[in-house]
Amino acid sequence: MIRAMLARIRQGHRTTGYPRVPAVLPERFRGYPRLDPSRCPGGCHACGDACAYGAITHEAGTLRLDMGKCIFCPECVDACPHEALAFGNDAQLSSNTREGLVVLSGEERQKTRAMGDELISLFGRSIKFREVSAGGCNGCEADTNVLSTIGWDLGRFGVQFVASPRHADGLWITGPVTANMKEAVRIAYEAVPSPKIVVACGACAIGGGPYAGSPEASDGIGGLLPVDLYIPGCPPHPVTILDGLLRLLGKIR
Amino acid sequence: MKPDFLILGNGAAAPARDIPVYEIDRFLQGIIDAVDDGWRISSWFGVPTPGGATLYCVLSFKQDGQIGIMAAEAGLSFTSIAGLCPQASLFEREIAEQCGIVPEGHPWFKPVRFHRSFVRGRDAWGRPEADPILPGIMDFYRVEGESVHEVAVGPIHAGIIEPGHFRFQCHGEQVFHLEISLGYQHRGIEQALMGGPHPKSPYMIEAAAGDTTVGHSQAWCMALEALSGCRVPARAEALRGIALELERLANHTGDLGAIAGDIGYLPTSSFCGRIRGDFLNMTAMICGSRFGRGLVRHGGTGFDLGAREVDEMLARLAEARRDLTNAVDLLWNTPSVMGRLENTGALAPDLARELGLVGPPARACGLALDVRRDHPFGIYRVAQIPLVAGHHGDVCARSMIRWLECEKSLDFIGEQLLQLPGGPFRNPGGELAPGHVTVAMTEGWRGEICHVALTDASGRLARYKIVDPSFHNWQGLSIALRGQQISDFPLCNKSFNLSYCGFDL
Ligand code: SF4
Ligand code: SF4
Repeated sequence: MIRAMLARIRQGHRTTGYPRVPAVLPERFRGYPRLDPSRCPGGCHACGDACAYGAITHEAGTLRLDMGKCIFCPECVDACPHEALAFGNDAQLSSNTREGLVVLSGEERQKTRAMGDELISLFGRSIKFREVSAGGCNGCEADTNVLSTIGWDLGRFGVQFVASPRHADGLWITGPVTANMKEAVRIAYEAVPSPKIVVACGACAIGGGPYAGSPEASDGIGGLLPVDLYIPGCPPHPVTILDGLLRLLGKIR
Repeated sequence: MKPDFLILGNGAAAPARDIPVYEIDRFLQGIIDAVDDGWRISSWFGVPTPGGATLYCVLSFKQDGQIGIMAAEAGLSFTSIAGLCPQASLFEREIAEQCGIVPEGHPWFKPVRFHRSFVRGRDAWGRPEADPILPGIMDFYRVEGESVHEVAVGPIHAGIIEPGHFRFQCHGEQVFHLEISLGYQHRGIEQALMGGPHPKSPYMIEAAAGDTTVGHSQAWCMALEALSGCRVPARAEALRGIALELERLANHTGDLGAIAGDIGYLPTSSFCGRIRGDFLNMTAMICGSRFGRGLVRHGGTGFDLGAREVDEMLARLAEARRDLTNAVDLLWNTPSVMGRLENTGALAPDLARELGLVGPPARACGLALDVRRDHPFGIYRVAQIPLVAGHHGDVCARSMIRWLECEKSLDFIGEQLLQLPGGPFRNPGGELAPGHVTVAMTEGWRGEICHVALTDASGRLARYKIVDPSFHNWQGLSIALRGQQISDFPLCNKSFNLSYCGFDL
């Protein structure tokens, strides 16, 4: 007991201050893309050609990067000889809509908006999710799980992951929805009482991620369920997940 | 007597025509004999042919670091050797599922991942082409009798974990047998790699098992480098080694915390949850991704470490070592925790050997296996990591091994950081040699990872076979639970912590 108490003193209190204080991210972390087509000489498609996932399109003076298809690998940055694109250190990437994940040079950025007043009054103080792991590599699950550790302490925002869809207010989907998980996802969705929300966490759940196009998976949840929050990344950084969630709940505006 | 194999060193390539091809019965007998002589099946797979499949078996022998390959032509069926050689059992089921051929007389003949075979219209179970293949539909092992009951859980479990279906045959609290049915995470990675490497291939490999990104991508790169004759710079080998040990540290730390959590011992559980993040963040310091995405690349690494980052990493490493030692020592000094760990889920060494277990669960029962030592690759050719083994084979031994391995990894990373070789961190890759074979093995944090590549006449991948350590070890978990209380399952499960996606591929 004494040992445990001494250990407690040594380990201290280290829960992240986010969103009160800005998050500290590794310097090489790949966050919100910065696109600068003015640097591109005519006819250069090096970035788009380097992307295995067709996440970049380049037309007449505009660059467009779809964060829903991107796995942040970052071949495009290495391929571009003109430094026309880079990934910044900003982890706030989520969106309420699929189109909101598309970054277009020269266009203003939209961050996730809070869900409607009625849902906020229902779920704003306490929301429970049933997570369904539907394929993928387990990276998204790992970084979702992290939020419940003391480093993040998701419980302080009234958010909790629960054991049964029947106890949940929403589904939290990770993975591209493999053929072998499709039915389980459908059953879990139906088991959640209405009104309910759906979160697509990670590149896989949004559009198939690294496995996009595999005949054994469905390229994400989009075509199967209505999605309320898209969290891009492969996997999304815990800050990206927390930020998206708190914006949806109206706790960051 | 074992037959003559094509002998390869780890990460070496040779013309595929040098692989000896035996008549099928001689080939099967060869596997049995080699296993009797102390060899292990590292990989066994089929390449479908119009009349059946060409079977390739890769066996490894740790005593003198040899890896042997032989082949055989099989028709639409072959004689199962699973009854004589248990470690062959799952490989035979996989060959049946992928190639649509039948191992006659297999004692537990069931699908593995629940998908159609690589050959249209050919199915080892005779399932009609028009019907969907549903996961978990198979004959489960059953126990009958008064007061015997069955507990079935999954595919969706209570926590945030991957899907699988588990059936416990119980008598009261006591488990007679646990059967595990996977396949829910099957994404078709091996099929997708055929004809490659495709632009998406390296990323699928990185995502074969997300918590083993470095382990798998290193094996993939070793295979490509062997086939393209590419030399990896010394600096990259050191960086890869550092990343591989950070991956081990993060996962072992997380698991030690999770084991403590399952006992209800919250101090270690909470501390380790956070310290795991410290290791992930060190990986992110190198490459921007906590899981090592983009780090290991054909020809070297995608990122380099500057002098300032080396200093910062050394400082963070020292801090993490102090925190981790402090958090984990609580376990060994708390009698109620030790009481729960000791004698729970013990696996006998003979069984572990017969089942072909690898990694910490094998080392916990005294099997001294470690690819880093037995078939050294990359940086481990010049810098050894001491092997740690236990002998009780229980949850306690598996936990202790994890901790001792953490200590060794911490030492190793510290040494490597202090003597990083100079020079480039990436050499240009190249085209793959046509008609070649290579075997690349790494020691992931769960144990032996084995990738085998065969190229066709134009230098494309005719077959790429991945064996995650979980493929060898799931059966071990199931056996470890026999005779235990059903409430011991979470603890046993955590101490193995096997990969669903790495298995399902
Ligand atoms: S970082 Fe994203 S956009 Fe760039 S190449 Fe990779 S997947 Fe494509
Ligand atoms: S999005 Fe990336 S990290 Fe998440 S499950 Fe898919 S492959 Fe893994």
